[in-house]
Amino acid sequence: MKILLTGTASDSHTWNLVYLQLFLEELEHRVVNLGPCVPDDLLAAACRRHGPGLVVISSVNGHGYRDGLSAVRRLRGEPGLGAVPVVIGGKLGVAGAQDPERAALLRAAGCDAVFDDGDVTALRDFVTALEALDVFDALPDRATA
Amino acid sequence: MTGTVLAPAAGRPAARFRPAAAPGTGAGAAPVPSFGAFVAAAAASGRLVVQPRMGFCDPALMRTGLERTKAAAATTVGTLTIDSYTRVGDEAAARASLAEGVPLNGYPIATHPAARTRRLLDGLLDDTFPVQVRHGSSRPESIIRSLAAAGLDATEGGPVSYCLPYGRTPLRESVDNWARGCELLAALVPAPRVPHLESFGGCMLGQLCPPGLLVAISLLEGLFFAQHGIRSVSLSYAQQTDPAQDEEAVRALRRLAAEFLPPEVDRHVVLYTYMGVYPRTEHGAASLLEASARLAVRAGAHRLIVKTAAEAHRIPTVDENVRALETAASIAVLTERHGMPDADTADSEVYAEARAFVEAVLDLGADVGRALRTAFARGYLDVPFCLHPDNAGRSRSFVDRGGRLRWSDAGAMPVAPSLVAGGRAALTSDGLLAAVHGLAARYDTAAEPALTG
Repeated sequence: MKILLTGTASDSHTWNLVYLQLFLEELEHRVVNLGPCVPDDLLAAACRRHGPGLVVISSVNGHGYRDGLSAVRRLRGEPGLGAVPVVIGGKLGVAGAQDPERAALLRAAGCDAVFDDGDVTALRDFVTALEALDVFDALPDRATA
Repeated sequence: MTGTVLAPAAGRPAARFRPAAAPGTGAGAAPVPSFGAFVAAAAASGRLVVQPRMGFCDPALMRTGLERTKAAAATTVGTLTIDSYTRVGDEAAARASLAEGVPLNGYPIATHPAARTRRLLDGLLDDTFPVQVRHGSSRPESIIRSLAAAGLDATEGGPVSYCLPYGRTPLRESVDNWARGCELLAALVPAPRVPHLESFGGCMLGQLCPPGLLVAISLLEGLFFAQHGIRSVSLSYAQQTDPAQDEEAVRALRRLAAEFLPPEVDRHVVLYTYMGVYPRTEHGAASLLEASARLAVRAGAHRLIVKTAAEAHRIPTVDENVRALETAASIAVLTERHGMPDADTADSEVYAEARAFVEAVLDLGADVGRALRTAFARGYLDVPFCLHPDNAGRSRSFVDRGGRLRWSDAGAMPVAPSLVAGGRAALTSDGLLAAVHGLAARYDTAAEPALTG
């Protein structure tokens, strides 16, 4: 699967992205790493160009809820990008713990999953399940059912 | 026992350190506050200046933070850390966040009116308490205009250090922006005031960059500032994985500054307490901070920017910052300055490597900004793990068994990679995680009195 990996518009952190690229590549996926500080326009353009099977947004600067919401809304509003799976994770607010209300806002906007900081097991499970679904979708008998 | 126990009670008002009046200011004339002169005078009387990283969007809270910094039992300078919307130039988002009541991760200096920032600083900013604006922008113009309008004159950054690790501004643009930024700061803060610029080059991605490259980038940015009209600079170095290698690095930076900076340019070295993944335990965080304070004093850095025990978890509170400042100050007082007159002139490994980088860049031309661009384009400078499109991305580093940072792959850089028998295995995500968490793990698991660095 081709995975588009990206930081958020105001987030300059890089190590999370370097790590996630290696992590996803070890799961045998191809990773396009857009790097830090990716504005919504660039993210949408990169999605159209690369046609990824999954978009992974990572943010650790405390603006993740707000920036992530803006990014997801932009992707969901873009023709042809309404269905591409999008997940987000990291330190999303300035407080230490996850904020359930703001996570729910992200889901309502079209985010398929919101991961806690450091929960790469949940990310791996999501990617594995997504891959299984893709394989299932591609089976001929299902395609004709 | 940790140093926190030795620190005086937090909040105890301390007599502010007051530098002697600068020559030329006659008796009765109000002394002109100057960041560089304050640090120089503190150093001359044997005091390490300590400084927090601190920024709040609410001006009242920001003022409280500065008041508490000023009142701390330490020789302090204040910090206004700017939020990351302002840093990337998205002032509309900063303004919208304030309107929505969404907390920002710093003080939006270009969004709050200058009068508001002046009120926030009123009675605090003076010759005993300089305040520096810290941001991280590759487009610093509006921040520089805002800080000057608010009566401030000290900030930090640099054409490389605020570009490559921080986003996607092309290096060419960042060099032009910072050249204009330096000239703007010099023009907006006219003599007898002395604008001050600190290079962030000693940090870059915070960790896993071998010290020789950090030292070289910091020195070259200092030269760049001087070429663009700044007469008071500080050169930075961020604590890395090995105390002995770090000491070499700070000494190399001081020596290179003496060798390469124009003599009339005021300068000092500022040390950053570890900027990588921070220990999660209170005792681990405290001993790492204490090790950085000892390093600063031993190696001759004149200012230290501290980290707090909350660092691994969230943005620290004012209390946590004050505690860190007082801990660092109390450790600095207890640390003996090593004589070691030879250590400053010794051709250490870090000095030799840094000098090779500096010479390779300066050989590319007299205009430091242009030379830096060419050096990155050719891969003579190549920051490991940096994803910026203008970084060659061929270099790789590792922490050796003794704890020193070394090159496993030097790409096109003018230094030799370390040879490892049988070659090195490709880096895995677990390997990277182990490397970036290595120092934190060492401090978290150490018995409390160990690792005195």
